[in-house]
Amino acid sequence: MTGKRLGQFTVQFSRPPRIVGAFTLMGPREGEGPLGKYFDAIVDDYMWGEYQPEKAERKYLEHAARRALGRAGLTEDDVDYFVAGDLMNQIVSSTFSARSLGIPHIGVFAACATSTLGLGLAAMLVDGGFARRVLVATASHYQSVERQYRYPIELNVQHKPTNQWTATGGAAAVVAAEGDGPRISQATFGRVMDWGVKDVNHMGAAMAPAATDTLLRHFQDTNTTPADYDLILTGDLARYGSKLFRELADRVGVTLGAKHMDAGASMYSPEQPSGAGASGAVCSAAVVYGYVLKEMARGRFNKVLALATGCLHNALTSQQGDSCPGVCHAVVIENG
Amino acid sequence: MDRDQTAIEGARDYARLVQQFAPKPNVARLVGRAFLVGGSICLAGQFVFDFFRQRQPTEVEAIALTLATMISVGVLLTALGVYDDLGELGGMGAAVPITGFANTMAAAAIDFRREGLVLGMASKMFIIAGPVIVYGIVAGILTGLAASLLRLVSGGG
Repeated sequence: MTGKRLGQFTVQFSRPPRIVGAFTLMGPREGEGPLGKYFDAIVDDYMWGEYQPEKAERKYLEHAARRALGRAGLTEDDVDYFVAGDLMNQIVSSTFSARSLGIPHIGVFAACATSTLGLGLAAMLVDGGFARRVLVATASHYQSVERQYRYPIELNVQHKPTNQWTATGGAAAVVAAEGDGPRISQATFGRVMDWGVKDVNHMGAAMAPAATDTLLRHFQDTNTTPADYDLILTGDLARYGSKLFRELADRVGVTLGAKHMDAGASMYSPEQPSGAGASGAVCSAAVVYGYVLKEMARGRFNKVLALATGCLHNALTSQQGDSCPGVCHAVVIENG
Repeated sequence: MDRDQTAIEGARDYARLVQQFAPKPNVARLVGRAFLVGGSICLAGQFVFDFFRQRQPTEVEAIALTLATMISVGVLLTALGVYDDLGELGGMGAAVPITGFANTMAAAAIDFRREGLVLGMASKMFIIAGPVIVYGIVAGILTGLAASLLRLVSGGG
């Protein structure tokens, strides 16, 4: 063992790989939100000229992936693996994008936690000497997600305040052994936690225990506290999930305070009705690869703990009476 | 340290915690909106019926024309992307009238048209409306059976 494991759940990279390029490409609603200016491009038509939203989602993912390569000054040949996942059955947005990219594809599924799972895995591949560079990408589209998990778009559904709105867009980043950019120093992959939340309209509640578990394990393994980070960013907990997360964290002796920000709760403004906030695989990815990286480049944040969360139900499990398990994957990104 | 899931305290009363932090809906406002939206649709239906009743020989024709009109309105508003907003506002007030039923079929048809006319649209058009049709018919059968039994028992013909 070369001593890369830290405690029970965390890995520490001996030569932390760098995020040398990233690109976020979002839909109009996301562009009009409070973080709009941090996204690299906004598509003014959700469907992007496509007839089916699944095809549009694929386009968002592939486009973000290519532009991220461009930002890093690389081509497909320079990259050893394409680690990508999304919310579609059989992760087709990722696999079909991989088809045109031609990079060996490592498909992953962690629902809305794909962003940090991807970064962590990419960092492992690079730090372990298995890859020079890895391209990480994800995407989601409100229409394709509604069709697969919930209802036809024009159906008269009265949404609950705990429902979330799936963010539309694609986000990608390139992780490399050398180059300019912040480094990924540690990763803590989470256990799947299920505390019996059967209400699919309250994903925040389903994911909060997983977020707390990963957060706690990370702090225990690294012997750190919130004070050691400039930002603790969670994925899609949104308004009510965040409240539960903070309460649970409090109960295990972790006080987050103003350091905590949730991607889902920050994507839309109060004037944009979206229930409890945003969700979707691209939500945390856009905030990490867009907002966080740009603010780190400015020096506003120097050490960030990013914990994306995912709700692991599917359309059938809830109909069959199962509760919704959650998972949370964390990475530490730091300047220097 | 054990890997037991309950290592974070409070796992057992999580349901209670979720309830505690859940938003409390303003029931009065929701009911009021449902009443206004549903009532308005029904009022409109009444006007349509009165209009046709004056021009049709019997009530049956007037009813048929009213239903056709209201269903068309439901489909049109769905196609215009308006009916889902009405549903967001009025909840059951928009879902219960026949316009709501029309919306379920039109919405499904529009959505699944993307997978073609046969396997997509035609196959999945009833995906939301199905239970209404099935259980409506079942309820009708059971009621009819009960009525017949009652008539039999009470000695009538």
